[in-house]
Amino acid sequence: MKFWLLALLQTLLFITGAPLLAGWVRWFKARLANRRGPSPLQPYRDLAKLMRKQTVVAEGASWVFRGAPYIVFGSTLLVAVVVPLIAVHLPTAAIADVIVLVGFFALGRFFTALAALDIGTAFGGMGSSREMTVASLAEPAMLMAVFTLAVSAGTTNLSQAIDFTLHSGLVLRPSFLFAGAALLLVAIAETGRLPVDNPATHLELTMIHEAMVLEYSGHHLALIEWAAQIKLMAYAVLLANIFLPFGIAEDLSRTALAVGALSIAAKLAGLGLLLALLETVVAKMRLFQAPRFLGFAYLLGLLGMLSHIILEAG
Amino acid sequence: MAINELSLDQQGIILLAALVLFSSFSMLAQPRLLSLVNTFALQGLLLSATTVLVALVSGHHHLYLSALLTLLLKALLIPWMLRRLVNRLGLHGEIEPLERPNLVLLGAAALVVFCYYVSLPIVQLSTMLTRNTIAISMSVVLLGMLMMIARRQVVAHVVGFMSIENGLFFAAVVSTYGMPMVVELGIAFDVLVAAVLFGVFFFHIRESIDSLDVDRLNRLSEVER
Repeated sequence: MKFWLLALLQTLLFITGAPLLAGWVRWFKARLANRRGPSPLQPYRDLAKLMRKQTVVAEGASWVFRGAPYIVFGSTLLVAVVVPLIAVHLPTAAIADVIVLVGFFALGRFFTALAALDIGTAFGGMGSSREMTVASLAEPAMLMAVFTLAVSAGTTNLSQAIDFTLHSGLVLRPSFLFAGAALLLVAIAETGRLPVDNPATHLELTMIHEAMVLEYSGHHLALIEWAAQIKLMAYAVLLANIFLPFGIAEDLSRTALAVGALSIAAKLAGLGLLLALLETVVAKMRLFQAPRFLGFAYLLGLLGMLSHIILEAG
Repeated sequence: MAINELSLDQQGIILLAALVLFSSFSMLAQPRLLSLVNTFALQGLLLSATTVLVALVSGHHHLYLSALLTLLLKALLIPWMLRRLVNRLGLHGEIEPLERPNLVLLGAAALVVFCYYVSLPIVQLSTMLTRNTIAISMSVVLLGMLMMIARRQVVAHVVGFMSIENGLFFAAVVSTYGMPMVVELGIAFDVLVAAVLFGVFFFHIRESIDSLDVDRLNRLSEVER
């Protein structure tokens, strides 16, 4: 019972913390560009404002358009339930393993693309075609990285995999290095950050994610934006907890939980700084360069797998 | 031997070997000539660091000398010569992308798998701590060859040739703890002389066909047909 309660609490923390991470990245990016920038709490205000606003639905929109925000938010919520944030060995980790996690992301993406096609505007179709191009290349790369991890740890369950890295001590695994780099590139592409997609612009030549959600308003838009923020957080937590799980709570004592919460906050803040720095120094690349970017991510995943088989086993 | 049974400096050898392989891959796909030469220098540096670690683990002191030689020649001198050549030939802005990058890179990964398959019996017979990296050294050789096949620029061919030599040196270090000093010195100076000669050849090739693109060498007449 106590475990389930903690899992519920962790999920709540996950989804309420996600806007803060997005706001933190935005704030630091503004500071790097010598602007004052909105406060890191701005995403909360935006979400609250959108929730209060009237929702306008395009004429001729079917149930897909109306239902998609709920499905997208629901699938992302399930991701937040499954990914361990401050403690491992929670009962919710047994709900789904990493491969199902990739499936949750795919479900959300599928319905966003479908909803964009549903209303029949040009931008929606363009956006979903681009999103699917990126996704079809990012998914194999992500699965390759995940398989590398799974082969090393001997399990696809996230909680057990984290437990494995936590207890094997300091081992210099080249496969983890490559898989981590591959997952980082995939995370950048999948959460629509620079250099693949620019989250701050509505320029029709380049936008991918924004093109798909252009017709949404009111609480539909709030749900979709919130889901995007949770997705960013989920990838950051995956990177932080799989490859640097140190500090995560293993039992339910108060100190362990406090250390777990503090360490994940520090790791996420660090990753946020890294992301903001990266987005400041790199330029947006052409859309047709995206396959090369993701091909490189796939190659890194493949190298991780090969170096596990050649160098680390037997 | 599984990686968590090794000591930390032995794990370091494994990690550096993986990075050497990665540098070979990135050389294969690197379109800018100057960055290509820099990546080659990085590979030399990684190779020299690996040799130092192998010397530390195995207690073969002559390997320190090989590491120093590798550092001086392959990480500093030859890259410097190549960089100067690229600048003097006016190729520093040159971009030569691979024709089918994804196909070539997947082919390269297939070559690594092939090397693993070929070296499996050697690995099973050997008792050395570095035996797992033999497949990596072989793949560095084959990736250098693939680079000479897939690229069209002469400078890229030379870098590919040099990285084949890197792979051979790496193989010697990890499978027999280095070659005799005489052989090693001989090869090192061979490579150095080759680098000088290639420099002369660059100018000759450019003078006769007005370009350093080897694809243009198989045309017989001056007129474009």
